[in-house]
Amino acid sequence: MKRYSVFAVAREALRYHTGWERAWRSPEPKKKYDVIIVGAGGHGLATAYYLGKNFGITNVAILEKGWLGGGNTGRNTTIIRSNYLQDPSAAIYEKARSLYETMSQDLNYNVMFSPRGVMMLAQTQHEIRGYQRTAHANSLQGVKTEFITPQRVKELVPIINIDGPRYPVLGALWQARGGTARHDAVAWGYARACSDMGMDVIQKCEVTAIRTEGGKVKGVDTNRGSIDCDKLGGIVAGNTSVLTEMAGFRVPIESVALQALVSEPIKPCMDVVVMANTVHGYMSQSDKGEMVIGGGTDGFNNYTQRGSFHHIEETVRALNETFPIISRLKMLRQWGGIVDVTGDRSPILSKTPVEGMFINAGWGTGGFKAIPGSGWAMAELMAKGHSPLTEEFSMWRFGEGKFIDESVAAGVAH
Amino acid sequence: MLILECPCCGVKSEETEFHAGGEAHLKRFGPGSTDAEFEGYLFMRENKRGVHFERWRHVNGCGKWFLAARDTNTLEFFGFYPAQTHEPPQDIKDKISAKHPGWSWREFQ
Repeated sequence: MKRYSVFAVAREALRYHTGWERAWRSPEPKKKYDVIIVGAGGHGLATAYYLGKNFGITNVAILEKGWLGGGNTGRNTTIIRSNYLQDPSAAIYEKARSLYETMSQDLNYNVMFSPRGVMMLAQTQHEIRGYQRTAHANSLQGVKTEFITPQRVKELVPIINIDGPRYPVLGALWQARGGTARHDAVAWGYARACSDMGMDVIQKCEVTAIRTEGGKVKGVDTNRGSIDCDKLGGIVAGNTSVLTEMAGFRVPIESVALQALVSEPIKPCMDVVVMANTVHGYMSQSDKGEMVIGGGTDGFNNYTQRGSFHHIEETVRALNETFPIISRLKMLRQWGGIVDVTGDRSPILSKTPVEGMFINAGWGTGGFKAIPGSGWAMAELMAKGHSPLTEEFSMWRFGEGKFIDESVAAGVAH
Repeated sequence: MLILECPCCGVKSEETEFHAGGEAHLKRFGPGSTDAEFEGYLFMRENKRGVHFERWRHVNGCGKWFLAARDTNTLEFFGFYPAQTHEPPQDIKDKISAKHPGWSWREFQ
């Protein structure tokens, strides 16, 4: 792999950019791998990357039924934060956030991590108490957040209207080292690094069946032939239930559509991420100048990557009051992704009833921010059989009643 | 945008008049059941890509709960039927079979 650098850019500029090579290979699948990862989204690629980097396991295939990063990795609003209430969540999300800090250097790929600060508005008395509690929990967990006043909110976000009347801003939970990153680049950077380690990233390769023998995983059947493996990682977000049905067990997950939209590009006007969980809306400004807006999920199961329009309407209507400046913006694009939501709104990183098969799922509406931490923890789980970061996230916690209840703590927007 | 027809009052309207209520035909497991049955009742859902049965409530109308058969892959409704039943009516099952031969959903097919 040729390294990207300022010298590479200069060298290529002098020879009409004829020397750039493909960022990752497109190999034919081999007959057998040590590890197969199903799903080449951010989480799957990060898992493969850390399997190679931390544990030296490089005979790995990452299978993707569509194109790389074409699922939720390329459909989110790119927010990165780790201000969670429960200790297990804070641990894995903070691991992820800290890995984002050096990801561009680690991968030699510019993921444009921008720690611009993330603000979660408190717009009801209930939210004030909730976020103050989270701020206290965060200081015990070693995650740097603070609860700030409405005046400080106004200083940080001059375009905000803090006076209401329906949704006054009463304070905010502020994480200064949260921010955004370029989501496609995260997938591409990991794919390039995995390919460089000798792993096979295989696109347009859909898993149609999982083969087991005596309760142990043997391999998968795909539309490009059958492939054997010793260990299998299912990291397929919204399609987790479909995959686990092939393996013959059920998971406590439901798939719903989550939508986002962007406006036409405008001049820089807001240099932080603002989340308003009471009204199900969050907004940031991209480097291109578009206002990136995320909304809420639909109430019904859905695999179509299309959501209901009235959710967009509700989100924009509510944000209009808090940000009067956006009332005359034209919206350019709107899209949806299928998110896998668990009973307690926390992910599942776990062994399964099938020996040798692992799943990493249930990130619901908040997976992007967790990509590197999730990959780090999942790789350890798959290589060693246990990881301190995944212990609490077992798929059996529901039967045991050991929930990691973030649905109350974090509200809907995750 | 989904268009639903309430089988209780007969009103046909788009989805903002209704509220989704999750999976239909859940069998309740209470005291005396095994842990696995109780966990299944509380948390395990079919979550099929394809034919699905679910509960809806006509919140901004007659207020009644009812059940619906829908394809989660195309968002097409196959039919609506009253909540006071343990099994989808035969005509809805026939309609599904015409589109998806060999379908199954829990014990129904």
